[in-house]
Amino acid sequence: MKPRRIKTALAATALFGLALTGMAIADPVDDKLVIDGVEIKTTAEAPAHLDGALPELISGWHFRDTETRAMQADDFDNPGMIFVDRGLDTWNAVDGTEGKSCASCHEGPESMAGLRPVIPRVDAETGKLMNIEAYVNNCRTTRMGAEAWNPKGGDMTDMMALISLQSRGELVNVAIDGPAAPFYELGKEIYYTRYGQLELSCANCHEDNNGNYIRSDHLSQGHTNGFPLYRLKDAGLVTAQGRFVGCVRDTRAETFAIGSDEFNALELYVASRGNGLAVEGVGVRH
Amino acid sequence: MKRQILFGMAAAVFCAGAVTAQTAPADVEFTDGAITQSLSGNPGNPEEGKRVFSTAALGNCVACHAAEITKDIPFPGDVGPALDGAADRWTEAQLRGLVGNAKMTFEGTVMPAFYKSSGYIRPGDDYTGKAGAEPLAPILNAQQVEDVVAYLLTFKE
Ligand code: HEC
Ligand code: HEC
Repeated sequence: MKPRRIKTALAATALFGLALTGMAIADPVDDKLVIDGVEIKTTAEAPAHLDGALPELISGWHFRDTETRAMQADDFDNPGMIFVDRGLDTWNAVDGTEGKSCASCHEGPESMAGLRPVIPRVDAETGKLMNIEAYVNNCRTTRMGAEAWNPKGGDMTDMMALISLQSRGELVNVAIDGPAAPFYELGKEIYYTRYGQLELSCANCHEDNNGNYIRSDHLSQGHTNGFPLYRLKDAGLVTAQGRFVGCVRDTRAETFAIGSDEFNALELYVASRGNGLAVEGVGVRH
Repeated sequence: MKRQILFGMAAAVFCAGAVTAQTAPADVEFTDGAITQSLSGNPGNPEEGKRVFSTAALGNCVACHAAEITKDIPFPGDVGPALDGAADRWTEAQLRGLVGNAKMTFEGTVMPAFYKSSGYIRPGDDYTGKAGAEPLAPILNAQQVEDVVAYLLTFKE
């Protein structure tokens, strides 16, 4: 399942005549994510545009320990669901000078089903690359007469959890052609650039070394299908771009800002690497 | 041992400024990936080197490397090869080169260069995520490189 990683290990072995003994070869756990009797697709054939970069798509869920996986498989144990409830309250709450709530225009949150799998996307009207945060803030500022939310703040992440949940189980399928093509290209370039004093790219960790351990962290393929995620370490929700900030910072680099053109493009590119995996609707990770 | 202590004291005395044989990151010369001269002008201390090896804020070598000799350090990673017998495979100069800038030995390796201060893309100010200005302080200073090399020289099979 991991030819690339084994190749590296074997290369070192062949070069130095070492024995492989003691080398922990840890594969992602073979398991199925079933929530309320419905199976969520956590592995998939790699999309053609990846050109063999990943032999198979595997959700980050498979790289987490038994307890963390179990937590996500049961909505009563999934701490992210509390935020979904809070998001529903906010959905119905009137805010801003126009006296409107999300529900005033969109009725129930079910109206959002089908959005999360195709996000980020180039908005047909404005030509801008939009993620959920951008759509929500656009509604708040132009339709509700309300202040934009902090993209990392609780109001926003609660809302993202609520909206993502409406598409749970639907397969990620972001467009990368047509007007999305230049954003895809920019995101791809960023993905393979070795930033910071540690000179590490996203690909160095999540493409070349997924399945390996970096200290006690089991490196996954770095997909975004589980986002927003409940992170046990932070006891809160984290967005895809919030995660990117952490990963880039860990290379001792200057990060890009959340909502920047660079991170928006990267979000599209990383999402496209996961085309075919299901939206998990509030994943749980540690 | 005695010699090391003496050198250590000498280093302490000279730290004040005047005479040091220290090589700045920009002046390091690589010969086939190896660095022949001590970077600090002083011998390394393998015990300090072990601390550099295992401490996340220093070398954090254990993030990627395991070895029988380091098995008291918990949760080693396996992004890099196990280092058992490294001292049998590499000379001191080669090990210094590997720690200083492993890309001079293994082109394109994921192993970071620990004694390098410029030539980065979006260099940061340590782990703050904010911009850093080159030349950055190298991840390890000259003596820390010597210390970790001295520790690696004990990795014999
Ligand atoms: C130094 C190694 C390293 C680099 C470089 C790195 N990451 Fe990560 N990343 C991690 C670790 C460790 C985790 C947590 C364990 C896991 O899921 O891999 C993680 C997690 C993630 C996740 C969450 C996956 C999930 O299902 O929970 C995403 C998404 C991600 N990274 C994207 C990126 C992107 C995009 C980049 C480049 C901008 C990047 N990473 C660079 C180490 C790295
Ligand atoms: C991010 C991962 C990473 C870190 C951190 C790291 N290394 Fe490495 N190291 C590697 C990889 C990968 C290789 C193998 C070279 C290759 O094929 O790219 C390697 C190779 C080596 C080798 C030669 C391999 C052998 O067995 O003969 C030595 C010695 C070494 N590293 C020492 C260190 C020391 C000492 C530190 C810390 C100061 C360190 N490494 C930090 C990834 C890392």
